[in-house]
Amino acid sequence: MTSILTYTLKTLPSTSKWALRFSVRTLSCSSQLHAAPAVQTSSKKTLAKPNVRNIVVVEGVRIPFLLSGTSYKDLMPHDLARAALSGLLHRTNIPKEVVDYIIFGTVIQEVKTSNVAREAALGAGFSDKTPAHTVTMACISANQAMTTAVGLIAAGQYDVVVAGGVELMSDVPIRHSRKMRKMMLDLNKAKTLGQRLSLLSKFRLNFLAPELPAVAEFSTNETMGHSADRLAAAFSVSRLEQDEYALRSHNLAKKAQDEGLLSDIVPFKVPGRDTVTKDNGIRPSSLEQMAKLKPAFIKPYGTVTAANSSFLTDGASAMLIMAEEKALALGYKPKAYLRDFVYVSQDPKDQLLLGPTYATPKVLEKAGLTMNDIDAFEFHEAFSGQILANFRAMDSDWFAQNYMGRKTKVGLPPLDKFNNWGGSLSLGHPFGATGVRLVMTAANRLRKDGGQYGLVAACAAGGQGHAMIVEAYPK
Amino acid sequence: MVASRAIGSLRRFAASRAFRPHGYIFRNFTGSSALLARTHITYGVKGDVAVVRINSPNSKVNTLNKELQAEFTEVMNEIWASDSIRSAVLISSKPGCFIAGADINMLAACKTSQEVTQVSQEGQRMFEKLEKSPKPIVAAISGSCLGGGLELAIACQYRIATKDRKTVLGAPEVLLGILPGAGGTQRLPKMVGVPAAFDMMLTGRNIRADRAKKMGLVDQLVEPLGPGLKPPAERTIEYLEEVAVTFAKGLADKKISVKRNKGLMEKLTSYAMSIPFVRQQVYKKVEETVRKQTKGLYPAPLKIIEVVKTGIEQGSDAGYISESQKFGELAMTKESKALMGLYHGQVLCKKNKFGTPQKEVKHLAVLGAGLMGAGIAQVSVDKGLKTILKDATLPGLGRGQQQVFKGLNDKVKKKALTSFERDSIFSNLTGQLDYQGFEKTDMVIEAVFEDLSLKHKVLKEVEAVIPDHCIFASNTSALPISSIASVSKRPEKVIGMHYFSPVDKMQLLEIITTDRTSKDTMSSAVAVGLKQGKVIIVVKDGPGFYTTRCLAPMMSEVIRILQEGVDPKKLDSLTTSFGFPVGAATLVDEVGVDVAKHVAEDLGRTFGERFGGGSIELLKQMVSKGFLGRKAGKGFYIYQEGVKNKNLNSDMDSIFASLKVPPKPDVSLDEDIQYRLVTRFVNEAAMCLQEGILATPAEGDIGAVFGLGFPPCLGGPFRFVDLYGAQKIVDRLRKYEGAFGKQFTPCQLLVDHANGSKKFYQ
Repeated sequence: MTSILTYTLKTLPSTSKWALRFSVRTLSCSSQLHAAPAVQTSSKKTLAKPNVRNIVVVEGVRIPFLLSGTSYKDLMPHDLARAALSGLLHRTNIPKEVVDYIIFGTVIQEVKTSNVAREAALGAGFSDKTPAHTVTMACISANQAMTTAVGLIAAGQYDVVVAGGVELMSDVPIRHSRKMRKMMLDLNKAKTLGQRLSLLSKFRLNFLAPELPAVAEFSTNETMGHSADRLAAAFSVSRLEQDEYALRSHNLAKKAQDEGLLSDIVPFKVPGRDTVTKDNGIRPSSLEQMAKLKPAFIKPYGTVTAANSSFLTDGASAMLIMAEEKALALGYKPKAYLRDFVYVSQDPKDQLLLGPTYATPKVLEKAGLTMNDIDAFEFHEAFSGQILANFRAMDSDWFAQNYMGRKTKVGLPPLDKFNNWGGSLSLGHPFGATGVRLVMTAANRLRKDGGQYGLVAACAAGGQGHAMIVEAYPK
Repeated sequence: MVASRAIGSLRRFAASRAFRPHGYIFRNFTGSSALLARTHITYGVKGDVAVVRINSPNSKVNTLNKELQAEFTEVMNEIWASDSIRSAVLISSKPGCFIAGADINMLAACKTSQEVTQVSQEGQRMFEKLEKSPKPIVAAISGSCLGGGLELAIACQYRIATKDRKTVLGAPEVLLGILPGAGGTQRLPKMVGVPAAFDMMLTGRNIRADRAKKMGLVDQLVEPLGPGLKPPAERTIEYLEEVAVTFAKGLADKKISVKRNKGLMEKLTSYAMSIPFVRQQVYKKVEETVRKQTKGLYPAPLKIIEVVKTGIEQGSDAGYISESQKFGELAMTKESKALMGLYHGQVLCKKNKFGTPQKEVKHLAVLGAGLMGAGIAQVSVDKGLKTILKDATLPGLGRGQQQVFKGLNDKVKKKALTSFERDSIFSNLTGQLDYQGFEKTDMVIEAVFEDLSLKHKVLKEVEAVIPDHCIFASNTSALPISSIASVSKRPEKVIGMHYFSPVDKMQLLEIITTDRTSKDTMSSAVAVGLKQGKVIIVVKDGPGFYTTRCLAPMMSEVIRILQEGVDPKKLDSLTTSFGFPVGAATLVDEVGVDVAKHVAEDLGRTFGERFGGGSIELLKQMVSKGFLGRKAGKGFYIYQEGVKNKNLNSDMDSIFASLKVPPKPDVSLDEDIQYRLVTRFVNEAAMCLQEGILATPAEGDIGAVFGLGFPPCLGGPFRFVDLYGAQKIVDRLRKYEGAFGKQFTPCQLLVDHANGSKKFYQ
């Protein structure tokens, strides 16, 4: 026991005031490291673990998220990623040789820059000696980038990693058909004119039909909006409830924008255009206007519409993640700890978007927390119907018992702590970049409102999900 | 009656008000309270929409029987009379079944065709009232909507169906030898066009919801829901109801039109069908096709064409009259009785009479990746059984795996599966050359070559590696299971499972039990077979079991007839015109001449004279010349890839010549030839029942029709004896016995039936 204690003390950063408090507290308790916070009343227990490095977010930024087809439409994905990376460099003044590694998440890949992390880093002024890779996990790609960074640092391999994400929906790769591609490849190999002519004679006009990137789940061939509509119906979520929730998201986002709370945004001077300084998808409307829209997926009687879904978005984000002692040694004041995280997956047909319901209790359990301990919830809002269906599922004993193997329901996150600064419905959802926004919003909300724990959760295509605990860094 | 109804509705009102503020859900109370006047149908009101729920008590399916119809009429009258109701939704409370059809026992109870005609007219009247309803009625269809159920649905103003695999619409009456008798023949052509209506009514095929939407048979689709706050199936029905109610409201408010936008092809077809000359050509063409396919043995399809034609050419009044009359006539035909008998038999053979096995089979192994082995594997993996396919050689195994893949891929091409589902199903299959993983198997089915010593070797090898509870099943068509089991350490776990080729198409599975097979083994084997989607007969062990044993004497007669100089083409046409789906000579080629020879020798040794008749020498010579049938490209016929019309194998002439026997003129008429074949089959089947190989005549009929292609219009050998008359059969047998000998001696059971007036079916 003593040896563990001393080890923990050793690994704790000595300069931190908080650490001092912590050591006092643990010493005052006779045996348990994670004893109940008997001494402190203002703050709950911390989630530091023995033998595991503390990992902190030093800073995270994003360029404004824009409706696709607007100001970013002529750019390439790595341009956006580069803008986010330079914004991060600018805001943190991190010496570029300090950065050990760069990881980016993205979903729809531009074939020319399939490792978009590397292309963006090279142009953003990072050292060409810093390796970079790209990850993909649908809407939780940036989450995967962050947790990969956490893993690398926790394993002791690196101290400073940049994680981020990018998506450009204004341009997507549209391919030739397989038949056309095959013919073109065969033509390449054909040696004589005769061979070439005989190949060309096989050409048919339908070879020219283009192949669009799939908007549907590969396994089920169902578009996500369609699945969301069914999910909402399965949980009896009405159209009105969905519109109300979407309106809430837009109103809160507008308020946050007006009050200047979205401090993770860095301005982006788009070549040939004006400098973009804020998100352009926030459009508070009225329920009457929203009620006029026709269903977008299940026609003519579905409930998911353009107004209560997240829209196609262009954007990028980046975050500087470090081992705590490194951050302190470099003189930074970190914003938050990245604590326990989980990934979950379930049936991609009927439970495609229920990731948060499954991930939330798991990550809480892992961290030894309860719903009541959480001060800021940041959930990814793919669709109003998806968020509300997750609420219903979390609030249902029947669902918990029959599908989650739990005895009782997960419990409902209190709405007054939930996505208070807007969400993907209003701010936008560049698939690969949203994860960083969620974590930064949670961290910034905790700093502003004085809470200790934030819970980030998201669903993703493929029936996957993610949740992570963000702990405020003591002031 | 009126009083009791009033009490019933009062009770419901009180009960519902106590529990539900708006009081439209009575489902909870219908089951529990026997005092309620209505047991099949309940209804409640949502706003100004009446929701009529169909839920026949104590049954998995709803069928249109007398009580249901009476209650339905009653309910509809109330709805029409009520001022506060402006529209209605019809829905079933049973997931997986809207209405599966009319109650066929209702028809069986009728003694005369007039009575049946009356049943039909009642149905017609009821549905006509629906069709002319001043308040729009929406049929909300989830699950099977067949026969009378479809006729009900198409009489409504609007149809909404759940888009899942269980939801199918169809007019299967023709398969029972009758026709849609409640207005279906008149409404369907108007709704989907004459060609599509003919296709539905003449084939009886099931139409999936998405296809039905394209055809115009349903107006809207509802996607099935996944888990929510209730079990998916339950919530999906609720959702269907919610959607149907909004549409019913919309129809009543005239916000939604019942008119449908037709596609270009549809418009063209309907234009073409408005030209009398074109219509006449269509009737002619359809009739020709039907005659060719049924050989005139089935009256129902021709009557359907006639009734549809009457309705279109002479107006629907004449059409309705013709429909009900022909319906009555058809219900009285032998063919219809035979087909209905088969339907009942099939229902019977889809049940496990041995109860639930102690341990469910989850891991299966199939030995031998040949045509049969791979076929068995295919029907197993697609039902979620983890299956090991083991073969002795890599090329053999590869061929088998490819067969399974192709079988699944063909379903993808037909859009019955998605490619993802195919991949996920295919992952249930493990191909291997060794016995790795056999320690986890619950059942091993061997499908190795038909050779007793090989089967013994395999059995011993397998028993060394499988767990104690594992069942060893042998797929053999003739080797007695008890001889296979003789080397087993645990004979109670050995059973025969005789599949028919091609396994994924043939519905029959013959399960063979020995005296030592345990009951649990039997129930396990039946459970696996049912899971594989098979119709199952369970028979006692004995040489040739039931199916092979019946076929063998008939095959012996086939040889005899060929020896008499009847050429194979003539023989084929005689057998198919009697109702067999495949001609007798072609059948030998398909089965394989070597297999036929093997079986004939085996059974000939055991049964002696009774299996005599033809000379086995013919088969021997064919084998020695390599004329093994289709698989060798040569048998009685010559088979060439891509050539449709097969030609006779002229090299057979010398064999026929060397074995020629003179025909006996008084028993060699075409009809005699047919009856010589059929009576031997029937006689042997009766012998199997007499000896206890068969437990019931129903299983005998199902086995003969589904496994051997016995003419379905005759209903199987036992039904045939009942309908044709045992005395006539015995007379024929006696006549042939006089001419040919003991192979035609009628068995005691048949003689008893001829003497008494006993029947196999009461």
